[in-house]
Parts: sequence; structure tokens; C-alpha cells
Amino acid sequence: MSAAAALEARGVSARLGLAEVLHGIDLSLAAGRWTSIVGPNGAGKSTLLKVLAGLLVHGGEVRLHGRPLNALPGRARAQRLSWLGQGVAGEGSADDLTVYDVAMLGRLPHQRWLAAPSAADRAAVERALRSTQAWDWRERPLGQLSGGERQRVLLARALAVEAELLLMDEPLANLDPPHQADWMRTVRALVAEGRTVVSVLHELNAALAADAMVVMAAGRVTHHGGCGEAATHRALEAVFDHRIAFHFVAGQWLAVPH
Amino acid sequence: MKGQQRRAWGLGILLVVLAGALLVLGAGIGSTGFENLLAAGDDPVALQIVRDIRLPRTLGAWLAGALLGLAGAVAQGLFRNPLADPYLLGSASGASLGVALALWLFGLSPTSTQWVVRLGLTGAAFLGAVLAVLLTLLLARGVQQTLRLLLAGVIVGVVLGAAKDLLTIASADILQAIQGFMLGSTGLVGWSACAVMGGLGVACLLLGWALAPVLDGLALGEATAASLGLPLGAMRAALVAVLALATGTAVAQTGLIAFVGLAAPHLVRSVVKTTHGRLIVLSTAMGGLLLMAADLLARWMVAPQELPVGVLTAVLGGSYLLWLMHRRSARGGL
Repeated sequence: MSAAAALEARGVSARLGLAEVLHGIDLSLAAGRWTSIVGPNGAGKSTLLKVLAGLLVHGGEVRLHGRPLNALPGRARAQRLSWLGQGVAGEGSADDLTVYDVAMLGRLPHQRWLAAPSAADRAAVERALRSTQAWDWRERPLGQLSGGERQRVLLARALAVEAELLLMDEPLANLDPPHQADWMRTVRALVAEGRTVVSVLHELNAALAADAMVVMAAGRVTHHGGCGEAATHRALEAVFDHRIAFHFVAGQWLAVPH
Repeated sequence: MKGQQRRAWGLGILLVVLAGALLVLGAGIGSTGFENLLAAGDDPVALQIVRDIRLPRTLGAWLAGALLGLAGAVAQGLFRNPLADPYLLGSASGASLGVALALWLFGLSPTSTQWVVRLGLTGAAFLGAVLAVLLTLLLARGVQQTLRLLLAGVIVGVVLGAAKDLLTIASADILQAIQGFMLGSTGLVGWSACAVMGGLGVACLLLGWALAPVLDGLALGEATAASLGLPLGAMRAALVAVLALATGTAVAQTGLIAFVGLAAPHLVRSVVKTTHGRLIVLSTAMGGLLLMAADLLARWMVAPQELPVGVLTAVLGGSYLLWLMHRRSARGGL
């Protein structure tokens, strides 16, 4: 792994309501790598991702390139760190926005308030929509799209920020296999450009394609290591009650439940 | 994007042209039917009727409707709820309580044409509307749950409405004045009321439009909006202020007029899918047109008498709301 850490968590704890869901997490995520976060349901993966994105009040400290994240102004943070949540909250309140309008929201951190989108903004939006193959329906309202099509638009919104760090929560939800493969290619291209990608994935085989893996259970990180390492596989087996087995097929590790 | 943009412009131009046509019609319709406006040039009495009564009331109807349409578009975006409306959120009741309190405390007339009185009533209505929205939010514990928000709005509306009724019954001298007023009427809107609505309306529109990108961000969910670096707390407070000021300004001049704020953004959205910036501007124009048309109908239906326009919008708007709920539940929403 490269030595420089893009994001660090130090003694991070977080509550949802009265329950503490993260307990003293220490984590260092390498820059220019793709790290996947996995673990059973309710392990605190999404909460950790929100904390890392600076979106949740928490104990402890999160550092971005060595500087405290909460010391950064919101706009500067938004330019450097793009976050994609699970689905759209708000009962379809975005249904009347067009695909293009939604993707353009990703440029908000870069735009002067009320300024018309610049050529660079439009180019970034077009690149993002093309990379998720959503460009052709850019004029359609979000409400007229299927679940998978929506997910590709939301993905494009997160990509359009062109941030150096991308934090994505279940980015493959509702995507069919060809578009899952597209997403992986996009992530690989981003990492090749030197960007850092962190994704929460419940699809283990997709997660195993990453450079590194963070294994979580019950609000704690139980392991952090390379995806091909035996120690990582053992940690995964432990958190999934030893009901998965690992096989090396066609140059890639696969997890098979049993 | 281009297609929707063209539709938005087309709708905007259509709304302005129709409003212009209705303004001419409104200036021409009197208790004795339609009169030729050109003939009024020779008759000083007719000229005065057109200039001092019909024009300000017709324009006032447009302005009050525009304020309600604006408030509705802001409320629906802010609360991420397609059924949010100044009336259903209780803010209109809060505004009317503010007006009643001001009348009771200072012994004012709700139809006074004095500037100070108009501004004072507007201020009282604004404070009442802010109070009502905050109460609704407190009861609903935030904006997340549609049903809870609507129930809280209805409860706040009923309670504040009852407080207003108690106040008016307790002081007989304002009872009659406020009763007619609260039915919702544009009949006594003069130029001073038009100026207050016009001035504050422009301020609300500019502020609402400037804050519209926040509403677009919020449409994708609270966390996504925060991840875009938007200072949500301050901008939300400013949007609540816009909502309350627009509602209060309209209520202080024309009383309680229901459903215009609900219907205007829905009608716009049924024609064009666009960002909140354009939606707010178009809903303003749509609200103006709706109330202007309703005002004409109210004057024409039982001429030479006239209906309070609030009664008419309540009947028409209520039916529209029912149809909307039916359609949404048929689609599996709500």
C-alpha cells in the first residue's frame, strides 16, 4: 500500500438516536487506492462512510490528508470529497428534476452562487453521464426512470463533482451485471488517475476486486488488509459465521456462500 | 435540457399574456356586466371606477395569488412534500391570527388603505405565519414524515384559527370587520395594498429564486445536500422566512385564500419538469393567474352580487386536492 493516507479516523464513535453504532474506530485509508468496506447487516458501514464524509456528528476525529476534516469550510470539503448515499431520500421529491439537472448538482461545490454553469461544468457533467451511460436520457425526468437507471444518474451526480475522494454507499444497488462491470471500470480509471475510492458493498465478489478491504462487525473494524490476503479472507469468514468459502477463479478471488 | 427549457419559457410567456388579457377583462367587468374600457375615457366617474376600484382589485388578486403560488412552491421544495401549502401547513391561519391580534390591540380596520396600517398588518401576519410554521415543524418533529407533517399543519391551523375566532368573538367591534375579511376577498384591495404586495413580492421572489439551488439539493435528500457543501441551517431559515413573508403579505391584504398555493406548483409541474429556480418563478405567475381568474369568476357568477373569492378557491381547490390524492394513491404514492 502507498504510505500516504487520504483519510484517517482516530477513535471515531457515533450514535444513531440513543444507540452507539460505532465504537472507537481507528482507520487509515491509503490515497490513490480503492478500498471496500464490508460486513454483515448493521455492522455500521454506512454510518462510518457518513462520518468519513463529514456528514454525521461523531466523537473522535477524521483527518483529510492530515488536516482535521471539520476544520474545512463546507464548500472546500465538498470540492475534495464526493459522497453517494443509498437511493434517494425524500419520497421521490427529485422526480421532477431532469437527469441533466441532477448531474449538474454535482457541480454546485465548484460554481459561484447563481452563476450559469461554465464550459468546464458542462464538460464534467457530460463525462459523468457518459461514463454511466445515462447521457442519452439527459432530458428525461428522474421520476420516469427505473431503479437501476436512477442509480446510474445518482452515480453520475457523484462523479460529476470530480473530487479527489469518492465515498460511495452501495453504488451497485439495482445495477444489472453489465453496468456493474462499467462501474468497476470507472473506479479503476479513477484510481489510475490518482483518486481515492471508498465503497461500502454488500456484494462480496465486487468488494474483492478492490485494492484493500475493511471488514466490520458490530460497530468495530475487525480487519483491514489487501483483498487477496489470507488474513482478510479469514476475517471475512469470521464475520459471516464461517458460511463463505474463497476460490481463486480466472485470476480473481470469489466468495461463495454455503 | 433544451426541450424542458423551451417549455418553461413557453409556459412563462403564456402565463404573462393570459394575465394581461385577464387584467383588461377584470378592469372591464363591473356590477352591470362588461363595459367598454375606451368609453370610460370620456366619463370621469367611469374612469374613477376603473382606475381606483377595478384595476387595483384585479391586479391585487394577481399579486396575492402570485405570493401564494410562490409560498406553495417554496413550501413543497423545503418540506420535500408535494402536499405542503401555506394553508395546509397552518401558516395562513397563523397569519390571520396575527392580523386579528393587530386589529384587536390597535383598533385598526382590516380594509384601511393607509400605508402604515397595511405594513403593520403585514408585519403582524408575517410573525403569525412564522410562529405557525415553527409550531408545525415542532409538532411534526421535522419534515421527514408526510403524514405527520400534514396532521401537525392541520392541528396548528385549527388551534390558531380557534384562537383567532375567540379573539374576534371577545371583542365585538372587530367581529364584523374581520369576518368578511377572513372569508378571503379581493374586493377592497386598493393601490396601497397592491404596492405592499408588489414590493414584498419582488423581495420574496428574488430571495426564493436565489435560494432555489438549495431546494434542488434537498430533493436528493438531506445528506446529499449537506455533502454538496450547502449551509443548510441558515438557508432553510431564510426559506422559512420567504414562505412566511409571502403568506403573511397575501393574508394581510386579502384574508384566507385556500389551495392556490397548493395548485399552482402542481399545475406548473404537470407541464414542465424543471429546477426549483424556474418552478418558483413559474408558480408565482401561475398562482397570480389562478387567483385573478377565480376573482373574475367570483364577480361574474352571481352578478350583480359577488362571492368571496376565498369560498370559490376553497371549493375548486378542495376538489383539485381530492383528485390529486386519488391519483397519487392510485399510483401507489402517499
